[in-house]
Amino acid sequence: MRFAPHTEDDVARMLEAIGRSSIDQLFEQIPEPVRLDRPLELPEGVSEMEIVADLAALAARNRSADDLVCFAGGGAYDHYVPAVVWALAGRSEFYTSYTPYQPELSQGVLQALFEYQSMICDLTGLEVSNASLYDGATALAEAVNLARTTEGRDRVLVSAGVDRRYVETLRTYGRGAGYEPEVFDVVDGRGGEPQVGDDVACVIVQHPNAYGLLEPARDLFGLAHAGGARAIQVFDPLSLGVLAPPGDLRADIAVAEGQVLGNHLNHGGPYLGVIATRLDDVRRLPGRIVGETVDVDGRTGYVLTLQAREQHIRREKATSNICTNQTLMAVAATVYLGWLGPQGLEELGRRCASKAVYAAGRLAEIPGVEPLFGDAPFFKEFPLRLPRPAAEVRDALVERGYLAGVPLPDADGHALLVAVTERRTREEIDGLAMAMKEVLA
Amino acid sequence: MSGTGAPVRTQGPPDRQGTLKSLSRPGRGGWSLPALDVPEAPVPPGYARGAPAALPEVAERDLVAHYTRLSQLNYGVDTGVYPLGSCSMKYNPKVSESVAALPGFQRVHPHQPDHTVQGSLELMWRLERALCEITGMARATLQPPAGACGELTGLLIMRAHHTRAGDPRKRVVIPDSAHGTNPASVRLAGYQALPVPSDARGLVDVSALEKLVDEDVAGLMLTNPNTLGLFEEEIQRVTEVIHGVGGLVYYDGANLNAILGRCRPGDMGFDIVHINTHKTFATPHGGGGPGAGPVGVTEALVPFLPVPRVERADDGSFRLESAFPDTIGRMHGFLGNFAILVRAYAYVFLHGRDGLKEVAERSVLNANYLAQLVKGAFPLAVPDMPPMHEFVASARELKEQTGIRAMDVAKRVIDLGYHPSTVYFPLVVEEAMMVEPTETETQETLDAFADALLRAHREAHEDPDLLHQAPLTTPVRRLDEARAARHLALRW
Repeated sequence: MRFAPHTEDDVARMLEAIGRSSIDQLFEQIPEPVRLDRPLELPEGVSEMEIVADLAALAARNRSADDLVCFAGGGAYDHYVPAVVWALAGRSEFYTSYTPYQPELSQGVLQALFEYQSMICDLTGLEVSNASLYDGATALAEAVNLARTTEGRDRVLVSAGVDRRYVETLRTYGRGAGYEPEVFDVVDGRGGEPQVGDDVACVIVQHPNAYGLLEPARDLFGLAHAGGARAIQVFDPLSLGVLAPPGDLRADIAVAEGQVLGNHLNHGGPYLGVIATRLDDVRRLPGRIVGETVDVDGRTGYVLTLQAREQHIRREKATSNICTNQTLMAVAATVYLGWLGPQGLEELGRRCASKAVYAAGRLAEIPGVEPLFGDAPFFKEFPLRLPRPAAEVRDALVERGYLAGVPLPDADGHALLVAVTERRTREEIDGLAMAMKEVLA
Repeated sequence: MSGTGAPVRTQGPPDRQGTLKSLSRPGRGGWSLPALDVPEAPVPPGYARGAPAALPEVAERDLVAHYTRLSQLNYGVDTGVYPLGSCSMKYNPKVSESVAALPGFQRVHPHQPDHTVQGSLELMWRLERALCEITGMARATLQPPAGACGELTGLLIMRAHHTRAGDPRKRVVIPDSAHGTNPASVRLAGYQALPVPSDARGLVDVSALEKLVDEDVAGLMLTNPNTLGLFEEEIQRVTEVIHGVGGLVYYDGANLNAILGRCRPGDMGFDIVHINTHKTFATPHGGGGPGAGPVGVTEALVPFLPVPRVERADDGSFRLESAFPDTIGRMHGFLGNFAILVRAYAYVFLHGRDGLKEVAERSVLNANYLAQLVKGAFPLAVPDMPPMHEFVASARELKEQTGIRAMDVAKRVIDLGYHPSTVYFPLVVEEAMMVEPTETETQETLDAFADALLRAHREAHEDPDLLHQAPLTTPVRRLDEARAARHLALRW
């Protein structure tokens, strides 16, 4: 199947118009020795029906949260995506447009991004948000760059309660930027005492953390500030209907994985990198930022602004190399937050939290199963210690129709992280408890 | 005569102006959730939110009307020709959208065990093989979520290679016409950008390059065809010069569309290649993402690729593997923008070997045809070199004669019904207009678009005020960007 519209006549006419006798002539600049003198070793093209069949067959070889009851979290969650989200974000005027370089033809995306930035500020209690980054992990890497350049300090302290994939991403980015993230220990899954010397640029805490536990974030951020360092919080946007927002906790920079805001699981992407900070930082913030202004007739409109931070203007002095970001995911997040509103956000948070408490109770009734860290408080996700290796138990539960959670390396691989969203019913939770009991019997 | 304007709506219903916040009324809402079927658990003391988040409160009906209106203010490829140079805004196949939405892809959790995601892993394996064949590389990572992240990935691989050899080196050579992400990525990778000038034909000045390089040079980044739309004829000499000092050569895949099936970066001597799937393989750009920026490397650089990687066992099963001691590590929280990779896969295999070659051929044909139509009015930046898939014209003469600039022409083109080309890039061309029609436009569309450019050129002489005033037909007219930067209003 092909999408170029040219008939043979078209090609002949157009070649004639440009004074060429063949298509090959158009490629004469390519020096002979580097020309490919054979067809690509790829199959012949196929029809639309055939590619659909091919991909449907591949998709059918995956299990998914449609046929496994999903208690897996660890940074991506099976929250319900209301129909309205992709009915709107999926409109092709949004998804087939480019980065809004001509604002007069891009007011739709620009205004939606302005609303996204506004809602992220509403949610976090911080002053300014950009128009999106790639995902939670890379948003954290950008936050660290921001902290290191504004503070003029080098060291980066990360709680052991931060998702290890995020720390691995920092380690990669640090190879270029010239730092190595230093992990400080947690005590019983949370807290810890970062030693904030005068060379520390930032202290990173995830709350709720990678075990799902609630952190004494105010205290940890207090330690960061006492040492003159930035406090960076990795947060869960859907916890903020019930939990105090980063601004109230005195975080300076907040980053999040925005997948939970109306984006599908998508086997890990595309997701949404959220970053919010104080207004003082706005000229060091990475990525696109949309601002409100007026046109020559005085009408309100929106433009990409503060572009002097960006790579296409500042080149090697830019705050980041980011160009294409995750605009469409941000539009989806905006629609989703508009659908929830403050009350929906709170009700959703209560449901997750209450169902998680119920699930933790049911699962801990199974002989040999206990909370990994005693009665530490959690939001929608909690770690269990199992009497057998967690990966083994997880695989056995897949056979019974459950994605029971994410195995953790803790407790010699006997720890399982279980997430409960508003989608999980009491019946499903009871079913998981019964199946796990049978598997462990 | 103002023209009919690009096909976007100029305004919505009068009762629905403003932001979503302005439609908000206390107590309204669109949400619905099932009743709580377990005992309610209180938020642990000391952790609770005080006041509710100040989000808008609107009914679903109003939410839908609001974002429908916003979508109608926006121009997309589905609306019409979108000839942004260096962006390859070709038609995005609808079938790519429907396969990406299959529940077997869309509803897969990234922490599922490998044996439950064999379909995804095989898709990634096959796509990796296809991209390696197209680019002439040995292995590839699909993890970078956009082209710029691909650049950083490639440069960190370059750094790891040199570090293993004992010295990471200091500088990376970049042509003065390069995309801004190149120097920005170079700095993020811990290197300094070393600009190399273009010669009179707009190509890398090889003798200048020879004088520039030494053993502090880690490598060179190059787009080929370059950002002027010209093929670097001396590409083999360029790669030899860099290899001669032990450097690596990085291929920025921004313009890969022009050479599909005709030549391959690997055969030109490149060591590292990134691909922008939205440019070459028509994954929709989403108004600014999501993208995907797979990176291919030669055999010698495979040990440095990011993890996890998709590996195939002897029994034909697939697994994610992270145990590679020399890896640069992880570039993304999970596997990258998987659902974009599904679309790229659909595009690659729909076209197959001949179809991809035809993509390149028709994109170059369209660009040459359009250039022929407009170059009398807007001279090409490099008149004696035929362009590949895009061309850079200039409004410099027009500006000298009439005071009308490239931006004025672009705004007038909007009034005449089209999305204009890229303007003011590349930076090395004064009053640049960078035009990339792509292969999916018909001759009739190219004729009509050329007519609009020529008409704007004529009007610049006859009625310049029309261009100064343009656009007149859009929901807003020229916006005060200086004010936006001075009086920051970044939220409601």
